[in-house]
Amino acid sequence: MPGTLPPSARQDMEGGEKMALTHKATVMDEKGIMQALRRIAHEIIEHNKKIDDVVLVGIRSRGVPLAKRLQEYLNEIEGSAIPLGILDITLYRDDLTERQEQPEVHITDVPFELDKKHVILVDDVLYTGRTIRAAMDALIDLGRPATIQLAVLTDRGHRELPIRADYVGKNVPTSRSERVEVKLKEIDGSDQVDILEQTKD
Amino acid sequence: MQTLRRKDILGLEEMSAEEITLILETARSMREIIQRKIKKVPTLRGRTVLNLFYEPSTRTKASFELAQKYMSADSVSVAGTSSSLVKGETLKDTVRNVEVMGIECVIMRHPVSGSANYLARNVEASVINAGDGMHEHPTQGLLDMFTILDKKGRLEELKVVIVGDIRHSRVARSNMWGLQKMGAEVVVSGPPTLMPPDLEAFGVKYCPDLEEAVEEADVVMALRLQKERQEGGLFPTLREYAEIYGLTSRSVVKAKDDLLIMHPGPINRGVEISSELADSPRSVVLEQVTGGVAVRMALLYLLMGGVKEE
Repeated sequence: MPGTLPPSARQDMEGGEKMALTHKATVMDEKGIMQALRRIAHEIIEHNKKIDDVVLVGIRSRGVPLAKRLQEYLNEIEGSAIPLGILDITLYRDDLTERQEQPEVHITDVPFELDKKHVILVDDVLYTGRTIRAAMDALIDLGRPATIQLAVLTDRGHRELPIRADYVGKNVPTSRSERVEVKLKEIDGSDQVDILEQTKD
Repeated sequence: MQTLRRKDILGLEEMSAEEITLILETARSMREIIQRKIKKVPTLRGRTVLNLFYEPSTRTKASFELAQKYMSADSVSVAGTSSSLVKGETLKDTVRNVEVMGIECVIMRHPVSGSANYLARNVEASVINAGDGMHEHPTQGLLDMFTILDKKGRLEELKVVIVGDIRHSRVARSNMWGLQKMGAEVVVSGPPTLMPPDLEAFGVKYCPDLEEAVEEADVVMALRLQKERQEGGLFPTLREYAEIYGLTSRSVVKAKDDLLIMHPGPINRGVEISSELADSPRSVVLEQVTGGVAVRMALLYLLMGGVKEE
């Protein structure tokens, strides 16, 4: 069937999995995440001369706290409040007819106009690129941004669509059978990025 | 709960509080789409829905059709007076024929109680009951709860009064089942001749004095009075009904300041509700209509969005 992926390849589209996973390596800790995000904040400013036209949009769920942190760092540097929106991409997924578990729909909350704005889309892991494709479709339904730029905490490779990130916290080379797990204080209680290995029960 | 593990939406009597909560939460996310400039998501692209209305309906039909359009589903609507529906074809044959054309979900309104359940047993497509006789109108019950939840922030421990022709009302039945499952207290009011004989089975309280019923109430819901019931001798005149059971500023004088006033529409102004109250800030009649589209989008997503378990 076209478009059918092995379960491991769906990671960036869905949250949890029910296979046995063992810890392989920790690739980022609290300090590493903070430094990566601060660097990205500086890169965003360098890249966008008129910071007033920049808006942040976090993809649910872990893109949201990451976008909030970027917003704080940008405020520290620039002293101006960058608008922040939340995007739920569930209704734009390309695998709704293939999945057994139906994903829950959450609210999209982008309380500002996107027309002519430079939108920084924020997510935790860039993998197949399908989430980002869905997110771009969702954004364009909300308005016509001047540009859409992508900021991710980690890029683990294995793209299935012609999509790349403009800002990357860390490139994490992985195999498809591995999993990248991002933990964030706001959701998980601590800041850490781990690589987990799938082992069969 | 994440997924609705059922094929059909036939009534709220058979539904659990968890299922109702999932539907209402999903509807909250759907409402955001209705507020956009471009009111469309691609979720149900290439999926087909049939609207089968054997009874006249304006708002329910429009609401379902809009929900289908906003979700990008393709839809076919057949009205009761057209073609084979009057040529004597049975309901089962009609739907089996359209089903082989690739219909995955059927929305049906029908004058006979239980017709939606019958249809659901006989077709593979999902069936959403858009009102069957005097049985249930689950999407109306859900949109009423959605509106109350939105305005009050909760359903538990609210006192909801339903006034009017409870006996013949599928809206009342769906609301009585649904609201009580969600922890609300339901009190009904209206002339004794318009109360169902098995009222106790619903677990609601009957209070014939409207003024007393709305005391301490958080919500009052007036039902549409069908004028043909007068010919059946169930109440003497419209004027007398309006005098005793119509919602007016006088009948809600003892009620709380933040009383919500609801009506499933279409309103007979001056009968079930005075114009003054219908147009007052306490009235949420128009919010009910917007909520209806959101609830129906949620149901289409929950029934058609995933893969059905084999």
